[in-house]
Amino acid sequence: MSSLSAQRESEPGFWLSRQYNRLTLKRRRTLMGYVFIMPFILGFLIWWLGPALVAGYLTVHKWNFLSAPRFIGLAHFEKLVSDPILAQSLKVTIVFSAISVPLGLVFAFFLASLINSKFRFIAIFRTIYFLPSIVPAVANAILWAWLFNTEFGLINYIIRAFGGPKIGWLQDPNWVMLAFVILTVWGVGGSMIIFLSGLQGIPQIFYEAAEIDGAGRWQRLVHVTLPMMSPIIFFNLVIGFINSFQVFVSALLITDGGPQRATLFLVLHIWRTAFSSQKMGYASVLSWLLFAILMLLSFFVFRYIGSRVYYENPGE
Amino acid sequence: MGFSEKPDNFMQAGRSAKSRMDTFFHWLTLFLLVFFAVVMITPFLWLLSSSLKTQINIFQFPPQLIPDPFMPQNYVYALTYKPFGLYFRNTLLVAGLNVLAVVFTSSFCAYGFARMRFPGRDFWFGIVMATLFLPYAVLLVPSFIIFSRLGWVDTFLPLVVPPFFGGGAFNIFLMRQFFRTIPEEIADAARIDGCSEFGVYWRIMLPLSKPALITIAIFTFLFAWNDLIGPMTYLRSPDNFTIAVGLASFRSQTDIHWDLQLAASTAVTLPVIVLFFLAQRYFIQGVVMTGLKG
Repeated sequence: MSSLSAQRESEPGFWLSRQYNRLTLKRRRTLMGYVFIMPFILGFLIWWLGPALVAGYLTVHKWNFLSAPRFIGLAHFEKLVSDPILAQSLKVTIVFSAISVPLGLVFAFFLASLINSKFRFIAIFRTIYFLPSIVPAVANAILWAWLFNTEFGLINYIIRAFGGPKIGWLQDPNWVMLAFVILTVWGVGGSMIIFLSGLQGIPQIFYEAAEIDGAGRWQRLVHVTLPMMSPIIFFNLVIGFINSFQVFVSALLITDGGPQRATLFLVLHIWRTAFSSQKMGYASVLSWLLFAILMLLSFFVFRYIGSRVYYENPGE
Repeated sequence: MGFSEKPDNFMQAGRSAKSRMDTFFHWLTLFLLVFFAVVMITPFLWLLSSSLKTQINIFQFPPQLIPDPFMPQNYVYALTYKPFGLYFRNTLLVAGLNVLAVVFTSSFCAYGFARMRFPGRDFWFGIVMATLFLPYAVLLVPSFIIFSRLGWVDTFLPLVVPPFFGGGAFNIFLMRQFFRTIPEEIADAARIDGCSEFGVYWRIMLPLSKPALITIAIFTFLFAWNDLIGPMTYLRSPDNFTIAVGLASFRSQTDIHWDLQLAASTAVTLPVIVLFFLAQRYFIQGVVMTGLKG
């Protein structure tokens, strides 16, 4: 019996559990808390902080993957401000974001209000409106390349059937941005569903009270729906901005950045700099630039729009 | 008598004007619903119709709506031109491991954030939220450098190992929101019966969170199925391609064979749509339940 317990005591598991039992309740709880969130902490250190530091190191080095990195000081940053391709790529990304995000938000809200009505087969409509957003990105790109095809695409068929001109959607730098906005707005189902859940969360009693006070449809929308929905509108706005800075697959597969770099979105430019031109140092600088832009954007969105959001139950 | 008639008539007139307005909006809504349903679904029908045409008919003007001759063999050509069966298996492997990783580690971390009280918790949750606002694209280049140093390029490891570390900020956030809706009394009862904190997580919280877990499983599967940038960056040899990379390289090699490209695209989209219909309840309920309301 005693030899058995002596054997048990020598096991590491037993030692650990005895150490654990010696801790105060508060310390035990802290320890358990960190055990639970440990996967995230490790993941953050390894897959976020590590790469960020590597990128920081490479910003001041020239490296093509084959030879050793060579220190070049701030040369990359000097290149950053005088790089016409980067300027073009930033312009493309920002113009796209400024058009597609507000438009997508309004359209998603509009569709959500449509499918929030009570009709018999409303579930079918909800499904149809949501489907475009789950089409795999590559298949989506091929589908839209075909729809926008100048000679044989459905969109030009329809325009010409109404007597319109043949539009070079994917060949004309002036039209291609609109084509990208259209295909983005078509796939707006995700934020639509989030809006729908928000709309259904507004207590019916608010509308009844407003109606008794004589509020019409428009007034109910402006004074009840929009204030109640403002946290969700805000959420979708932030997500929309972040997504709009990540266009990659459609730019790569539909137009390959063209025509005349009119769809050279920032992420595509970074990807090409790193993996086609093998300029890892400069690509790291561009990655940091994207990071800085997103941080700045988030800051302004939270500062100037976030402060106008109405929360029904603050602090929940 | 005449006295009581007037307000009655007045009320009725008001009611009928209002109901006429309601009828108008009723029909307007119905019209808009149908109109946008047509707009949303037409690209799918066009895709399906084009994928079943011959290479000559696809370039016909005005276009045929019902393909004649009917070419289901396009699908056979397209899916055997490249080893799509192999790509399918690779994708299932990557997606399956991602789902496994996300379901277990994101709920595990979320339990810590939702139900434990300890110093530093809010700081780390702040970091979770910060990474939520940082897209994958920012880290693409530096992560690639790390993975290439580890010798992981052209393996599935860069695609399947990172999810085991917390499973992504969005999923942690979703699970945390869900856990907070489960009454703490249930967990307390289990603790009194001698259940450890792991036991509470494993025996109480996980079984009660099935809808939320199914939701994040579906989203994770879809993401892995659809992702191009990750597999394209890390996978080099064609034997390792996933569906997305396979389809992209198929497109670049078949150029003007729109019939085959569209057939392959339809074939790749179909499983996703089937999955959506099977899991629709969880899909939409899950988004609604977990709130996303902050």
